[in-house]
Formats: sequence, structure tokens, C-alpha cells
Amino acid sequence: MKYKIGSIDFSILSPEQIKNIARVRIVTSDLYDADGYPIEGGVMDPRMGVIDPGFHCRTCGGGIGECPGHFGYLELAKPVIHVLYTKVIYYLLKYTCRECGRIMIGGKSGKKTTQPSTCPHCNAQQKKINFVKPYVFYEDKKELTPLDIRERFEKIPDSDLKAIGIKGGRPEWLILTLFPIPPVTMRPSITLESGERSEDDLTHKLVDIVRINQSLKENIDIGAPEFIINDLWELVQYHTATYFDNELTGVPLARHRSGRPLKGIIQRLKAKEGRIRGNLLGKRVNFSARTVISPDPRLSINEVGVPELIAQELTVPVHVTKLNFKEAKNLLKLGKVNYVIRPDGRRIKVTEENRKDLLEHLTTDWVIERQLQDGDITIFNRQPSLHRVSMMAHWVKVMPYKTLRMNPSVCPPYNADFDGDEMNLHALQTEEAKTEAICLMDVKHNIISPRFGGPVVGLDLDQISGLYLLTKKGTIISREEAAQLFADAGIDIKLPLKDKFTGKELFSLLLPKELDMEFKANCCRNCDECIKENCEYDAWVKIRNGELITGTIDAKAAGAFKGKIINKLEKMFDDKEIVKKFIDDAGRLGTAFIMKRGFSIALSDLDLPENIRKKIKTEIDKAQEEANSLIEKYKKQQLSILPGLTAEDSLEAQVMNALASGVSRVSDIVAENVKQTDVMVMALSGAKGSIINTTQIAAVVGQETILGKRIKRGYLYRTLPHIKPFDLSPVSRGFVARGFKDGLTPFELFWNIMNGREGLMDKSLRTRKSGYMQRRLMNALQDLKVVRDTSIRNSNDQIIQFYAGEDGMDPSKSYWGGLNWKEYVKEAE
Amino acid sequence: MMLPPKYIKEIEKYAEKKKLTEKKKQKIIEKIESLYKRFVYDPEEPIGIVTAQSLSEPATQMTMRTYHFAGTAGIQVTLGLPRMIEIFDARKEPKTPTMTIYLKKDYQDIEKVKRVAEEIKEIKMKDIVLSTTIDLTELWIKCKLDTNKMKEYNIDIEKLPKKIRIRGIETKIENNNILKVVYKKDDIRGLYKLKYSLLESHIKGIKGVSQVVVNKEQDEWVISTLGSNLKKVFNIEGIDPTRTTCNNIFEIYDVLGIEAARNTIVEQAKFTMEEQGLDVDIRYIMLLADLMTVDGEIKAIGRYGISGQKTSVLVRASFEETKKHFVNASVKGERDKLKGAIENIMMNQVAPIGTGAFELVGSIPKTKKAEKTKSEKPKKTEKTKSKKAKKAESKKKTKTKKS
Repeated sequence: MKYKIGSIDFSILSPEQIKNIARVRIVTSDLYDADGYPIEGGVMDPRMGVIDPGFHCRTCGGGIGECPGHFGYLELAKPVIHVLYTKVIYYLLKYTCRECGRIMIGGKSGKKTTQPSTCPHCNAQQKKINFVKPYVFYEDKKELTPLDIRERFEKIPDSDLKAIGIKGGRPEWLILTLFPIPPVTMRPSITLESGERSEDDLTHKLVDIVRINQSLKENIDIGAPEFIINDLWELVQYHTATYFDNELTGVPLARHRSGRPLKGIIQRLKAKEGRIRGNLLGKRVNFSARTVISPDPRLSINEVGVPELIAQELTVPVHVTKLNFKEAKNLLKLGKVNYVIRPDGRRIKVTEENRKDLLEHLTTDWVIERQLQDGDITIFNRQPSLHRVSMMAHWVKVMPYKTLRMNPSVCPPYNADFDGDEMNLHALQTEEAKTEAICLMDVKHNIISPRFGGPVVGLDLDQISGLYLLTKKGTIISREEAAQLFADAGIDIKLPLKDKFTGKELFSLLLPKELDMEFKANCCRNCDECIKENCEYDAWVKIRNGELITGTIDAKAAGAFKGKIINKLEKMFDDKEIVKKFIDDAGRLGTAFIMKRGFSIALSDLDLPENIRKKIKTEIDKAQEEANSLIEKYKKQQLSILPGLTAEDSLEAQVMNALASGVSRVSDIVAENVKQTDVMVMALSGAKGSIINTTQIAAVVGQETILGKRIKRGYLYRTLPHIKPFDLSPVSRGFVARGFKDGLTPFELFWNIMNGREGLMDKSLRTRKSGYMQRRLMNALQDLKVVRDTSIRNSNDQIIQFYAGEDGMDPSKSYWGGLNWKEYVKEAE
Repeated sequence: MMLPPKYIKEIEKYAEKKKLTEKKKQKIIEKIESLYKRFVYDPEEPIGIVTAQSLSEPATQMTMRTYHFAGTAGIQVTLGLPRMIEIFDARKEPKTPTMTIYLKKDYQDIEKVKRVAEEIKEIKMKDIVLSTTIDLTELWIKCKLDTNKMKEYNIDIEKLPKKIRIRGIETKIENNNILKVVYKKDDIRGLYKLKYSLLESHIKGIKGVSQVVVNKEQDEWVISTLGSNLKKVFNIEGIDPTRTTCNNIFEIYDVLGIEAARNTIVEQAKFTMEEQGLDVDIRYIMLLADLMTVDGEIKAIGRYGISGQKTSVLVRASFEETKKHFVNASVKGERDKLKGAIENIMMNQVAPIGTGAFELVGSIPKTKKAEKTKSEKPKKTEKTKSKKAKKAESKKKTKTKKS
């Protein structure tokens, strides 16, 4: 029988309860006797639980891990205030009558409520209550001792407390008379290598409390002078306060001998590494592995290549039954079982010595912990786990060498690359976990992102370049070459009986026969009038009955985030194997083709003819001149001021504009005149890079900015000491008039580096800010769910939306957020 | 589950265009409806978590660059991650409050538009003063007025003294272009202070609107402003109150109500996301906006808003201010019913969300004979979706083990 916690009540412990749950009365501050055994009645009393292996609890008889520990209690010689409740105590003192204890409604002055001057119930005159942090209360400058406060609180009737919402217990319990001593199990001592015992912070604190309390009691008994008693009383108060919370304002930090601040109970719970966020909400797991990742396009997208070393260490439990008895025995024989669990629950490590013995004893009710093997399901993860596709289920494929391998097409959802990234792998241990992973977390079920309803798994980089080169106009491949290509890609396919193939025909072999679609490819130049099929750049993709008729396959067709074919296939077939196979095959085909063709770039790819360079130079000069004339105008105060801006701002805006339009004109010239090389293949197909990068290398880098403005900071009235004061010219304010290939002047290099540094700062700041935003969003939204009546509710059953998303549609099932009904109508007609 | 009206309308339009018969149209609707059912949410989908992820994952790619010129208007507005955080925090006053003012049809004339814009823009004393002189012995300030600008702004020089509302001064016009302000108290320091408050004093227009830009937006004149005050703008003649908006969510809430505020949150968040070139489904933004406004008032995402008002003590304590929440819970004697996901994770229990919300009742037949008769029974109890059937089966195993 499994127990389930139904609810948790929070309340204040009463002295009776403290006594009831306690098994020990603590009387001495000594911990151990001369032999090193814990003293009875001390803070480490063995009746409060066990922390040493081999011992049993003196109260319940349980061993380590069985006995949860037992409380003790300490009788305080004089009561102290519980510091965590000072605010409550203050308000109760302020708003209850000092004579009759009834609740008084406060008057109002401005926004603050004030303490009433007389009690409405008994007309008793009230005195002004003052609270001095951390734990002292004054009534008309006379200090109220915890005893006084306790006496007053006893007078407050239960019905009044209920009316103001104090239902957790009597307020006088907030003044401690009995002090609960927590079990040793929650403050275990550590034995150092030298044999010395090092006690927990809480134990140190408890010893202090018990010790001072003891001497307070003795002093009271011998009738010591009042100031001594008060000093000791105050000391007990201080120690109890820092025991609960060692970060109180106005209280000096309690320190360890080494000077390190001690951890109070609140410090244990609080913040990121505290009990709640660090242990209860963030758990550590076994059966996990982590190493560097590397690509392997021969793996399917939902597979992961696991190094043998990891596979030997990670295990999966298998119940030995009649059906798998032989296999289980064989595994054990082969040494592929790391542990066996006997029916009595004992876990035995399989070694060379005991294997034979275990083989004989193996029966059907044993459980073997088998090493990971091909076909096991695991969860693969890369941090930061920003969205749910950062953790997906992959099937294991045990491989040689020492890295985890994955298909490069699943890099986009994990945001992974292979420059040294590491990823985690989790072996699943229960049938529930496994089935859930297979049915919900498998990569093939997560191809469409719930964020925007498009594919997140898809081709990337060279895979796209390869397909682009294969399917573009004019690629003719002989039958032999085609056969070789598919063999290289590892695709098992029947080639039609033909001697020569176009690249489009070969690609079509990967498409299912039912596919029909038309769209613009990534290499589309956005002409004013689209002539569709007759596009001179072959950018109109038309697929009929699974045949690619026109168009080039690129990022828009099969890329991650954009791939329309992937999206369509995902929606068309319930069997996600088809999409999976398409991504696998297309990626492999692209890689195979690019390897066959060869793909290489050189600096000379971006060489421009002399006349074009001249043209670019004049264009840049023109832009700079324009900017300079604007500056002249500004200096003569003839500049037209833009609405709503100051003169300087409008100058800046106009100069930036002039330079930017100059750069964009250059960009157009570059786009027209650059050699059609592999650099341009990458840009056109959407594999990597853009025309902006090309322009920056070949022609002009453009304006470098800081905080979105021209570079302004530095010296008085100028950016660098080499520049004349008040120089506003483009060159002195961060305009780079050369391309990276030409080389930058020292100034320009400096501007470029300034911009680069700003980028780094921005990045680190952004990750922190967005991280906190994510945490807040998570906390606000975490328990919203779609209930069976399509409404969205929170855990309190409050309705947030009556119809989820206003139309009940799940974006991860939709077509980029919508319902592509028109395509289905055509089918129907 | 009915097809959303949006699609029905679209189909009807399509049918009209293609001149389809009523029967055919109905057939299409039926077909699309069956298609639509496949697009619908699975029950118990943890939509909140997906929403949080969908909104914050792209936020990591946002720029921190705060300012941006909104189009050609020349009004700088906060954008990117800072603006996103501003929206979610439900700040009472955004860093850059702006209004977009639309005009009525009969005001679509550049002269009229300019006049309206003029009426909106706040003019302070400093905008029309050329220079000031202070006399410390006589205790007066003389302001030389810029008569050209005053003409431009349409300010009557005779009425000017009445518009300055500062206590303890006497104002009069000299030479038709000098404003003399006499300080009645004998306090030199106060005189300097007076100079500043004098220059900052409001003369004309709407308070807080420091910039006004007129520009054309698809054959229509639109006024954009920096600084917002919807209440006052609505009183100005010629503006179209049905379309005029601002980016201050609280102001929209005050003036137009909670539903309008909700729509503004959606609009603003969507605009910010799109400006950064990030693709997020609008349903998530709508859900967040609905959550922020569900109680009829705007609640922030964070410890003073939604997270601080949750019913579960453990959820609140796990977010921020752990001590406060535990202490208050014990005084009030609160009970945490462990209904949410987080609480159950803390208790190391199955969270009632997603697949964890399902429980399957059924028994595994013991004999072969019984298996035949009972084989259909578990299927009937499987009201869960087919996707979860497998998972359900394994649950069944554990269920029987328990019993």
C-alpha cells in the first residue's frame, strides 16, 4: 500500500504539543562523555534518533534510514519571544486592550491605522506600544518582558482571534516557554578524517541555548542580582533568535569559530540552494550520464549513440519472468547485468566471483539490472532546458568511442552544436516512465514546436546547402552516380529505370506519393510580380503527387523552424515514422551530395572586380559626404529639425540614416556582382550567413553603434585623443568605411571591438534578466491546465479561459497557429 | 465541439466566391469540423507550463537595446526584453508612455490634424522663454518671451499671467514681450527655486505629453505622442475615441475597463515580440493576459501579483519570501490541499497534471476463460485518449499490484 499525502496543515506549536512530541528532556549542554558516547539529556541524546551506521534508535529501535528521529524539549527558565512572529506580536499588542484583551478597531490617520486610545469594550485607557527591532517591545517607554506579553495574550478571547483570522493557535504560544529540540537526524555531526567530530550549525546553536538557559536557571535559584538575570535572559533571547533566523536586521550575526556565519533554520529553507528550491523542487537523480556530443547523420533523429563505457554503467531493471527467463540468464552469463535484486529486496552486485552462484539461484521473481542495450528508451537533454523540446526521448544505439552521438537535425530544438557541448542522458527505470517517454517524448512526436506551430526539428547547415545544390536547375546525375549517392546516404530505395536523373527527381523519391504543395523557396528574390512556375531563379516550389516539379529545396522547404514540407508531412500522416524518415533521408541525401560535389569557400570568393570596387567606393564616399554636409548644416544651425527631437538628436538620426542607406546601396551592388560561389549558396539556401555578412566582408562594415547610437563616449568632446574636439564626422564616430577583407584602420578596428564588447555585455545581462523572467512566468502559470470541458483552470479550479486559446486549438497541432482548411477543401472537391 | 465561428465565416466566404451549393458548403463545414477536432487540446494538457516556456524561450534571444524609433514617427519607445518585463510586471507607469491618436473622418486634413496635435502637446514656460534675469535685491524674475513661438503655439500673451499657478507671486506683462514675476517672500533661495518651478510650469496642452508627432499611416493621419493621458485626450474634439489607445495598461484599465486592458496587454506583448522578429503563438499571450486580468484588476506576474496570491502555501513559499509565507500560514492555521503540480512534486507524489491526472480503473482477468468475457471491459473504461492508452495499460498493472 502506497501512502499519499492529502493535505498539510500549518499551525503554531503549543507547549503541550511540544511536550507530547518530545521523547527527551534536555538538561545539559554537554554533548559527549569522556569515551565519546553521547550523553543522555544532552543535545545529542541517542534517544532523539540515530546518525551513526550500525546503531539503533533508543526510542523506536529503527536503524539509520528507518528512524525519522524524535524531538526533545528544553524548559526555558524564563520565556522568550519567538523572533519570526514579532510582527504578529506587535499588532496584537497594539490592537488588543491592555485590560480586557478584546480586539480594538484602530482609528485612521491618512493611510495608516493608528492605535486606539481607549478600549471600546471596557473603556480602559491604552498606552502607546512601540516595537524596537529585532525583538523588544515598549509600552510608554517601559519595556514589556515576554512574561508581560504572555500574560496579556492569555486574556484575548478565542472568538476575537477567530474574527481576525488567527486560527493557527493561541497567541501566547508565540512566547516560548518550552523550547523544542529537533531530532539529531536533521543535524547530523560529521566525523572528520582525524577522528574529530564536527557538529552541525544547529547543534552549536542549541548548545548555546541550553548552556545559557542553564546558567540563567542557576542564577535565578541562587537569587542573583536582577541585572545579571536580565543579561542572561537577553542572551537566551539572542541565541533563540539567531537559531531561527541568522539574518535578522539589528542582530549581530552568530558566527562559527572560524568566522563563518551560522545557518539558522530559515537559512536552511530559503533561496536557491535552500531546502525547498534546492532539494524538494530540484532533485538529483541516478542512472544518468553526461559527455561531449558529436554528430552522426547515420543515426535516425530519434536515436542517440551511447558510448560503450556509458552503456556498461547505466542499467535498466528487468523483472525476470517465465517469458524472458532464458534471455535474462544469458545476459547474466555474458556479464551484461550489473546488479541483481532478490525477492527479499537485497541488491547484489554481480562480480566475476559470484556470477556462477547467482546463475544457479536466478528464478522468475528476481529483478536484474541490465546494462543499456540497443532499443532502450532514454531521455536526452541539453541545458539550459528552456522549453520542453530541450528534453526528448531517444532510442539507444550502443557505439564505440567516448561521445554521445546524435543526428545533426535534432540540434535546433536543443540549441546544440558540436564545439564542445555536453549533454545528459537518463536511463528510464519504470514501465510508466518508459511508455510515457515513448508515447509523448519521442523526438518524432515533438517535431512541431508548441510555440509557433512549425517544425523545430529539421535540416541545418550543410544538409540544406546539399539539397539546394542537388535540386537546383541543371543538376544532372547519371544512374551510377545516383545509385552511389543513395548508397552513401544509406537510403534503401528503388531507382526508376532511367539513365539520367535530375536532382529534383532524386529528391522526389523521398517524398510520399500523396504530397501536393506549392510555396516560395528561401532563395526567392521577392520580385514585384511573381511568375510562379516560370521563376528564373527556380524559387517556386511545386510538388504534385510527391513529384518535385519546379523549385529548389532549401531552408523554407526542409529547414528547422521554416520547413514547410516537414510541417505538411507531420500534419498529413498520423504515423510520425513518415516524417521522421523524411528528415533522416533528406538530411543524409544532402550530406551525401555535398560530400560528393565538394564544398569549399575561400577569401577570394568575395573578390569584386575593380570597376565594381570603384563604384562601391564612390557610393560610400557619397554617403559620407552627405553626412558631412548634414554636419555642416548643423554647425550653421540650418539643419531641419525632426519633429519632437532636439537639434543634436535630429542630426544623429539623419546622419545614421544617410550612412545606413549608403551601406544598403552598397549591399545591393555586392549582391548583384559577387561571384556565384559556395558562399552565396549558403546565403541563398538559408543554410548560414546572409548578404549582410557578405557585404561586411567584401565591401563595407558600416556604422558601429553603442546603445543604438553612434559612438560618442570616450574623451571630452571627442571619441579618441587623436581626433579633434567636436569632430562629428562619420569616421570619428564609429563608421567603418572598409570591408573586413580590405582590413580596418586602427580607428575602425577599435570601433568594431567596442561594438563587440557591448554585444558581450548585452548577452550576459540578457541571460540573467530573461532567466528571472522565466522563473516568474513559470511560477505564475505552472498549474494552469486544460480541463476536459476545454476550459483553462488553475489548481484552485478558477476558470481563466472558457475555451482554451479562444478556439480550443493546440498550436503544436495547428498549422503555424491556424487551421489550413483550404488545403483540405481541395481534397474534398 | 463546434468549429470556431472564424472558420465558418471563412468557409462561407469561400463558398460564395466559388458559388457552391448549400449542400456542398455544409459538407465542407462538416469535413473541416472533423479536421478541427484533431487540432483540439488534449485534456489535462499543462498549458500553463507550455505558455511560460513559449514566452520566455524566445525572450533569451531578445535584445536588451532599450530604445527604438517607432517607425518614422521619431518617438522613442522601450522595446525588447525590458518592455516585455515591464508588461508582465504590470508597472503602473511604463518607462516611455505613448499614445496613438486616431482622428475622425472629417478631420483628415493636415491643417486640422496639426491643430489637434498642437492642442495635445504640453507647452511649458521654458518652451516660450528666451532668457531669464533674476534681481536678487528687488526679488523679481524677468522672462523674455519668444513671441514667434508663442504665435506658433497660439498662446495669447495677455492670458499668460493667469496660466501660471504658483503661490506667492505676482505676474505682469511688460513691453509686450517680457513677463515680470515678483516674489512676495523675502527669501533668495526660494527665488532660485521659483525660477525652476516657473520654467517648468504648465501653460498649455495636456500634462505629460512632451512630444507630438504627426505622420501618415495608410492614407490616414495619426498622431503619436510621448507621454500619455487618455482621459484628457478623449475630451479633445476631432479625435476618434474608439480607436485611440496608449501603451499604459493601467491607464487603459482606468479609462476603458478591464477588457480593454486585457486587449492592450495582448497587443503590446505581441507588438514587442514581433518587433524582435520572434514568432510566438498569440494564444499564449492571450492566456497570460487573461490570467493577469481574471479577477477584474490587473495583477502582475511576480511576488506581488499572481504568485503572491496563490492559495497554496508551499507554492508561495517556493517562489520568494519563504519565511514570510510560512510564518503567516502558521498564524492563520492554513491548510495546503496539495492540489497543484508543484506541491505534489515536493511531496514526491504524482502531480495531477498531464498524464498524472489520469487514473484507470479495471482489473486483469485471472483465468483464460474470464479473459475472453472481460476483454472488452477495460476498453470501455478507457475514456482517456488513445495516445495515453499505452500509458494507461501500464498503470493498470501497478493498480492491480496495489490492490
